[in-house]
Amino acid sequence: MLRFILTRLGLVIPTFLGIILLTFVLIRLVPGDPVEVRVGERGISPERHAELLHQMGLDRPLYVQFFDYVGGVLQGDLGTSVITQRPVMDEFLTLFPATVELAIFALIFSTLIGLPAGVLAAVKRGSVYDHVVMGTSLTGYSMPIFWWGLLLILFFSVDLGWTPVAKRLSDDYFVDEVTGFMLIDTLLSDEKGSFLNALHHLILPTIVLGTVPLAVTARMTRSAMLEVLGEDYIRTARAKGLGVYRIVAIHALRNALVPVVTVIGLQVGTLMGGAILTESVFSWPGIGKWLVESISRRDYPALQGGVLVIAALVMTTNLVVDLMYGLLNPRIRHKR
Amino acid sequence: MTDTTVAAAPVAKTISPTHEVWLSLKANKGALAGLVVIVVLVLAAVLADVVAPYHYAEVFKECVTKQCPPVWQEGSDSRFILGADAVGRDLLSRIIYGSRYSLFIGSIVVTISLAAGILFGLLSGFFRGTVDILIMRAMDIILSVPSLLLALAIVAILGSGLLNAMIAVAITYVPHYARLARAAVLTELPKDYVTASRVAGAGTLRLMLNTVLPNCLAPLIVQATLSFSTAILDAAALGFLGYGAQAPTPEWGTMLADARSLIRSMPWVVTFPGLAILITVLAFNLLGDGLRDALDPKLKR
Repeated sequence: MLRFILTRLGLVIPTFLGIILLTFVLIRLVPGDPVEVRVGERGISPERHAELLHQMGLDRPLYVQFFDYVGGVLQGDLGTSVITQRPVMDEFLTLFPATVELAIFALIFSTLIGLPAGVLAAVKRGSVYDHVVMGTSLTGYSMPIFWWGLLLILFFSVDLGWTPVAKRLSDDYFVDEVTGFMLIDTLLSDEKGSFLNALHHLILPTIVLGTVPLAVTARMTRSAMLEVLGEDYIRTARAKGLGVYRIVAIHALRNALVPVVTVIGLQVGTLMGGAILTESVFSWPGIGKWLVESISRRDYPALQGGVLVIAALVMTTNLVVDLMYGLLNPRIRHKR
Repeated sequence: MTDTTVAAAPVAKTISPTHEVWLSLKANKGALAGLVVIVVLVLAAVLADVVAPYHYAEVFKECVTKQCPPVWQEGSDSRFILGADAVGRDLLSRIIYGSRYSLFIGSIVVTISLAAGILFGLLSGFFRGTVDILIMRAMDIILSVPSLLLALAIVAILGSGLLNAMIAVAITYVPHYARLARAAVLTELPKDYVTASRVAGAGTLRLMLNTVLPNCLAPLIVQATLSFSTAILDAAALGFLGYGAQAPTPEWGTMLADARSLIRSMPWVVTFPGLAILITVLAFNLLGDGLRDALDPKLKR
């Protein structure tokens, strides 16, 4: 097992350094003067330009700048936002809980519906139910979620008036930010009804962000279950006279879950990509919206830092999923 | 291609591979439906000048002063089947012209990423060692950034616009093709026909392109069909965020971006472009799934 962990880590570390290199190169590819790109001003006087150039260390050799950057990143220093003049890491950490809260809900939503739907589709293979589940999930997988969000707003918010259109909480409530997770913060505050209000705001964004993962989970569960249901030990269980429920729940599902859990774990990248669109549609004050706004404000240090942290997060979760997979399945662990 | 298969089949008395794929596709209702939709889309794109009732930029002033909803709604104008947008342009015509952009985006993105992916995959698979490690690590790096975020970052550097959006999206797909091509090359290389060709004196380039590559195509074709749909989705998303095709262009994602603020007053300008995206993407996914079943012998019944 140790050998397995070490080989995986050996693969991840160079990739992580590669990501740092990528973001280092990325900001240097932005057309225009490097100082102006970083400060976000145009037409700086030559003296000030030279001063800033020196101050930011851009007059030093490129490799020194790179090692400096790597050193900063490893200490959590991602540079300073051009717009707010705050450290990019602080900005990220302030907004990140909003995205995590939404992503957790989307993941719960997609798993709670996708898993049973996939299991049932596999058990009733070829039935009308199976076709409906597969058809629906392919439609969900093909969904332009930014349009899906607008459509849900149109129906549930505009026509029926059931759900709020934007943000995490109505303006009538004043809740102190303690954890950044609105559901926890509203519980901690003494504003009556704010918790339900926050929950209310989560409904549509959760559905929108959870749609693609839901489709993927349902499809993956179905195919994993079908594979397991064809195994000899299922036939044995059947021959022993066990009931369908027991076979499916105890014998098949547990074995089918391994690849399914992997796929759910690998959805983190999809969720972060989806968060960009979902948060833009629902004015959700999280990382996705922040990234899009950074681009339109030409806040390149923020974009650079955001890309780096998100890539690192995706890599870390993939690594954890990979290690768990190895832990659960010795065949993977011992494969060279 | 179909002509030769039909002609060859009776002579050889065996079913050619292409014909076999077609038979398998024909039996798959979903894939067939997808194919029909794609054919309709291609026709709409090619014949847009003939089929569309109006030019996509033609403005009807009467629909600016008074709204023109789709024909089945009250107060509609029968000349505009799907209604007109806020600037008074016929929505149906814009959607028909928009199919040109979607198919164009899909083709260009798939071509660029397929070509680059095959190149990297072949290099990795044939040369192994340092080349392999460098290429595959680079692919891992690209894969670890969510594709939409990477595409946005690239567009932020290159500047907004349809061409840059296509390049950005294409870059994010290269790793998928490179990995598939490399894996296929590695399974093909030890086979006898490759050794035979090598012994017969074939050079590396010939081995790569003439001997091995044709036998690696099946998974690449499936992936190409499936990423045609994701390319359309991602490019539309960039358009929706304002970094893809720019305003007067009738690209579906861009049309949605313009329509966003009108969701309460003119819901139809939001509904139809999105529906067009969904139907197109769904059609390519159905065809891709069907092709995978047809081309992958492991999944055959």
